[in-house]
Amino acid sequence: MSTLSERILGAPAGEYVDRKVDRAYAHDGTGVLTLEAWKRMGSIRLADASSLYIQFDHIVPANNGTTATLQHELRDFARSSFMHFSDIGNGICHQLMSEGVVLPGEIVIGADSHSVTPGAFGAFATGVGATDMAAIWLTGETWLRVPESVGVHLSGKFTGAAEAKDLALAYVGRLGTDGATYQALEFVGDGVRNLTMDERLVLSNLSVEAGAKAGLFYADDVTVQFLRNYGHEVRPQEPEPCSYAQELDIDIGDIVPLVAVPHRVDTVKPVQELAGLPLDQVFIGTCTNGRYPDLARFARYVKGKKVAVRTIVIPASAEVLSETIRTGVLEDIVKSGCTIGTPGCGPCIGYHMGVLGEGEVCLSTANRNFKNRMGVGGEIYLSSVATAAASALEGEITEPEGF
Amino acid sequence: MKGSGRAVCVPADVDTDLVIAGRYLRTKDRSLWAAHVFEDLDPTLAPRLKGAVVIAGKNFGCGSSREQAPIAIREAGAVAIIAPSFARIFFRNAINIGLPLIECELVCTEGSVVAFDLAEGWVETGGTRHKVRPLSPRMQEILAAGGLVEFWRNHQ
Repeated sequence: MSTLSERILGAPAGEYVDRKVDRAYAHDGTGVLTLEAWKRMGSIRLADASSLYIQFDHIVPANNGTTATLQHELRDFARSSFMHFSDIGNGICHQLMSEGVVLPGEIVIGADSHSVTPGAFGAFATGVGATDMAAIWLTGETWLRVPESVGVHLSGKFTGAAEAKDLALAYVGRLGTDGATYQALEFVGDGVRNLTMDERLVLSNLSVEAGAKAGLFYADDVTVQFLRNYGHEVRPQEPEPCSYAQELDIDIGDIVPLVAVPHRVDTVKPVQELAGLPLDQVFIGTCTNGRYPDLARFARYVKGKKVAVRTIVIPASAEVLSETIRTGVLEDIVKSGCTIGTPGCGPCIGYHMGVLGEGEVCLSTANRNFKNRMGVGGEIYLSSVATAAASALEGEITEPEGF
Repeated sequence: MKGSGRAVCVPADVDTDLVIAGRYLRTKDRSLWAAHVFEDLDPTLAPRLKGAVVIAGKNFGCGSSREQAPIAIREAGAVAIIAPSFARIFFRNAINIGLPLIECELVCTEGSVVAFDLAEGWVETGGTRHKVRPLSPRMQEILAAGGLVEFWRNHQ
């Protein structure tokens, strides 16, 4: 009996396989080196442009002439090569792949570590670097070691203000930053059916922060319904008994709001322990927590109030932004004193649009709080949307309960 | 593949932001990455990497998929990295650009001579020879070609 990774990759854990890649994507950061490596491979051939995607999300719009020139070259190439090309402002690559593109059972490779995100759809999705991506452009295939899997058994449902991000921080805290290196996480158990697609995407997204190669959910009725809204008819994947290299049991009802403190994602503490820590900036967005339900939840906290600290809200995609306009969520957010950025990664990787100054402290809904990541000498705390909203209103780290 | 160099010690869980910070990525100028490698970990490291063998703690190269991280280490002159474990994307990236990685747990003595032979599967330092975990056959082929670009250039 097989794990989902074994089933999709068609071989038992530990084996090395060469597989056709159903969809491969790169962004303006990794795409530049990918193009260079592909050219150096001496070819002008793309195995299958229809399976290739380039999405500009890391520095959008370009912050200076150097970036603009690099983007210009990649944009021209992407357009002339008949790849799927998504320009500035359309959204974060992982989000775009999750808006009715990736389907259950597919093998999906992204030139970005958070390419584990679409695993939420029952796909085998993982990240590589630029040269591996160039080889995929050339051959349409890649080699993979079929991973052992970690069974993450979920039961119960969220209580109070806890949300998917808190659950994600909880499992990263338990596994540690390398607790699942070379392994895939499989989220299973009765608790899964209580999780929306957006919540599953958060859990898959953080799996790389435990070192995992992938973070998969079996496609079920929730997946089927979500993809039906995008015009796809897919079938659920039935789990079968299988053996896991490690097992983790989590009762979702036990999860409380958490914060990951600098400079590691696995150093996780209850929000209560950090309550009162003064903030210079709050950032809502990224491939972790920039989806419509995140922004709608944020708006429910801040509607009719004023934030007490500078707060940057960046929708994960144009589709998300458009939905916030349609429903009035955007107006509530803007009236509360927040500022809105171009759909994309924003300041998460420290390039622009909200980087930190020396000694500044940011509470972010992103997935990484590494030293100096958002700016030299800045400190990053990671939390859920609810915690970020309550904290933005108070100007200090604040428990979201009771707001 | 054989090699040797003087040990440069780095701690466990060094992420790729610490290897090369995001603020230096927007360029194709590899000498810039070499000049700023490990800057946020220890600014004195970069000039010491010429001919060095980096000996790291566990989980080296965790975090971002940026290939500039192994490129920066190689361009700064390091000949190999030895660690008990590597993050998986970094592992692939380093082999793909022709930088040998060796999975082995060593006590690092700064400046000591470290020799290795990947075909025979050992690392030697302080008069002791340690067995290392062999690379997969595909990774050995890629490394022998000098990297994945060279591998595919030869295979077309």
